[in-house]
Amino acid sequence: MSSTKFILGLFEDPDEMMDGITALQQNSVPIYDVYTPMPIHGIEAKLGIKDSRLGYAAFMFGCLGGTVVFSIIYYFMVHDWPMNIGGKPAFAVPDFIPITFEWTVLYTALGTVATFFFATHLFPGRTPRAMDYRATDDRFVIAIDVKKNNTPHEDITNLLKNAGAVEVKHNDRKYVSYE
Amino acid sequence: MSSHNESIIREPLITGNNITYAQITEDILRPVEKLPGRAWWIGFSVASMGATLWLFAVSYTFWYGIGSWGLNKTVGWAWDITGFVWWVGIGHAGTLISAILLLFRQKWRNSINRSAEAMTIFAVICAASYIVAHMGRPWMAVYSLPLPNQYGSLGVNFNSPLVWDVFAISTYFTVSLVFWYTGLLPDIATIRDRATGLRRKVYSFMSFGWTGSVKTWQRFETVSLILAGISTPLVLSVHSIVSMDFATSLEPGWHTTIFPPYFVAGAIFSGFAMVQTLLLIARKVLGLENYITMFHIEAMNKIIILTGSIVMVAYCTEFFIAYYSQVEYEQYAFINRYFGPYWWASWSMFCCNCIIPQVLWFKSVRRSIAATWFLSIIINIGMWFERFVIIVTSLHRDFLPSSWAMFYPTWIDVSVFIGSIGVFFTLFLLFLRVLPAIAIAEVKLLLKGSSEQEKKKILQSGHIDASQGEFYKDALTKFDAIDIAEYEKV
Repeated sequence: MSSTKFILGLFEDPDEMMDGITALQQNSVPIYDVYTPMPIHGIEAKLGIKDSRLGYAAFMFGCLGGTVVFSIIYYFMVHDWPMNIGGKPAFAVPDFIPITFEWTVLYTALGTVATFFFATHLFPGRTPRAMDYRATDDRFVIAIDVKKNNTPHEDITNLLKNAGAVEVKHNDRKYVSYE
Repeated sequence: MSSHNESIIREPLITGNNITYAQITEDILRPVEKLPGRAWWIGFSVASMGATLWLFAVSYTFWYGIGSWGLNKTVGWAWDITGFVWWVGIGHAGTLISAILLLFRQKWRNSINRSAEAMTIFAVICAASYIVAHMGRPWMAVYSLPLPNQYGSLGVNFNSPLVWDVFAISTYFTVSLVFWYTGLLPDIATIRDRATGLRRKVYSFMSFGWTGSVKTWQRFETVSLILAGISTPLVLSVHSIVSMDFATSLEPGWHTTIFPPYFVAGAIFSGFAMVQTLLLIARKVLGLENYITMFHIEAMNKIIILTGSIVMVAYCTEFFIAYYSQVEYEQYAFINRYFGPYWWASWSMFCCNCIIPQVLWFKSVRRSIAATWFLSIIINIGMWFERFVIIVTSLHRDFLPSSWAMFYPTWIDVSVFIGSIGVFFTLFLLFLRVLPAIAIAEVKLLLKGSSEQEKKKILQSGHIDASQGEFYKDALTKFDAIDIAEYEKV
């Protein structure tokens, strides 16, 4: 039993990496994850990753922000201390629109980004769970968890090499060290 | 897929031969990873002297009060609000590039958005510093917020555009900062993975643990799109609200419905001028000619001529409507603006913003770096005068002729303004040293479809309609970084 935990296929071209994914899928090798220096369009569909639901979160945060600030303004201007400004109504809705809009945007932005960070486990000082240093530079990395499948390691290596991988790594540890 | 070929008749967005993903990282991170050159140190020394001047002048203002400025009872707003509106306006180009051009799928934004967004943030910092400084007693800034205070239940007046402005500017700054930093995460991770020692630790902390996995990128792109979608109306609202500080008053020359669109167009106009001022130098000094190409410069010049023309139409409309309205106070305000004691300011404004930029209709001017840089300075000056003219010429003629006055800046006024430019450049130069000036990941997206080398391969393959090939080669002549002789044989 080898001590290899992960096999990484390093590609220098995104299209060859996509070929690599196809080759692995055709041979029923499950893919753990793919690390790339830039977004690859169409990869989600290929890997069967569902659409992000952040849009729903954004909408709800926006509704929340608008409601919160409108309530604050209503409390100040209409309920708590209505002022007589030239005999005009205290509940002057058009005047409340700019700030309602601003906080709708503010809550949407902060809420969406916070949700993104929370869902993706991003926060200041988090140790990066990266598998290869060059995956943020010029390598497109397919990671295969070999403990979770029975395909012989040489077959996986060959599939990746044939698809155009410039390097195939057999790693004993999951993540690279940032110590 | 990342590699579909773009139509050959479109100009390349990355020039140069042998550009690889590694080369892009290398080129863009050079200023961050290497020690700065002499140009940077000279710039930084001058800028930090300006920032020191700002610190001194603002401290002086806080110590002795607003009386140290040239304001008087009639002209209660002058260089302070001029500077504020000028800086906010400059910030608008960054958001336009990062948000509106993203929604319009303008790929050329990818190599200029990062530094333009940084510019936005620093410009808004300068603008906000003016707001706090013009309060004279900065600790009073808390009363602009709807917080409990010792005056019982007296809150802020939400009917007031000045309060809207507090919300607009703070939201704008926060959203711009969040948008910018989220976009920076993958690039900070790139620096982190190439660094060692303490440097790696610092960038690792700042990278939030970015890995570039599929799900991360998918969410990242969703967030970018959402932020772009909300920043687009936000940026339009911010300068609209700034304009309402004036437009909702009863002051002749201010009280006009044209103000919001007129201010927004002016903001984008001045913002792009400042982007040109900064990037034309940064491109040369940092050696980024292959990423910020002549195509980018010309595209920005086209936006400048468009928004500049909108501003010119707005000036003329204001003048006409003052006449057409038959309101004598309004008519007087505009006659006085162009022919009164501040005629020189108004005509400087009109020449710098409307007449001189018309030369941008000529292709040769749009494609000249020297001319573009010169024009960008002219526009920056002109847009400063615009705000000065709007504020001071309307105020200096009170409704009571006995209160008529002139505004003369003191050396503190001048120092705060020059100092704020120093603060801006200090922040921008520091940014160039510690963070990548170009969004690395986004530029990498362009390599396989929109780069010169890929298009050259298509051309060499010979499967292109000959007329399209000629059209493309003709378009390449404008690029200063392309040796057109290479295309003789192709």
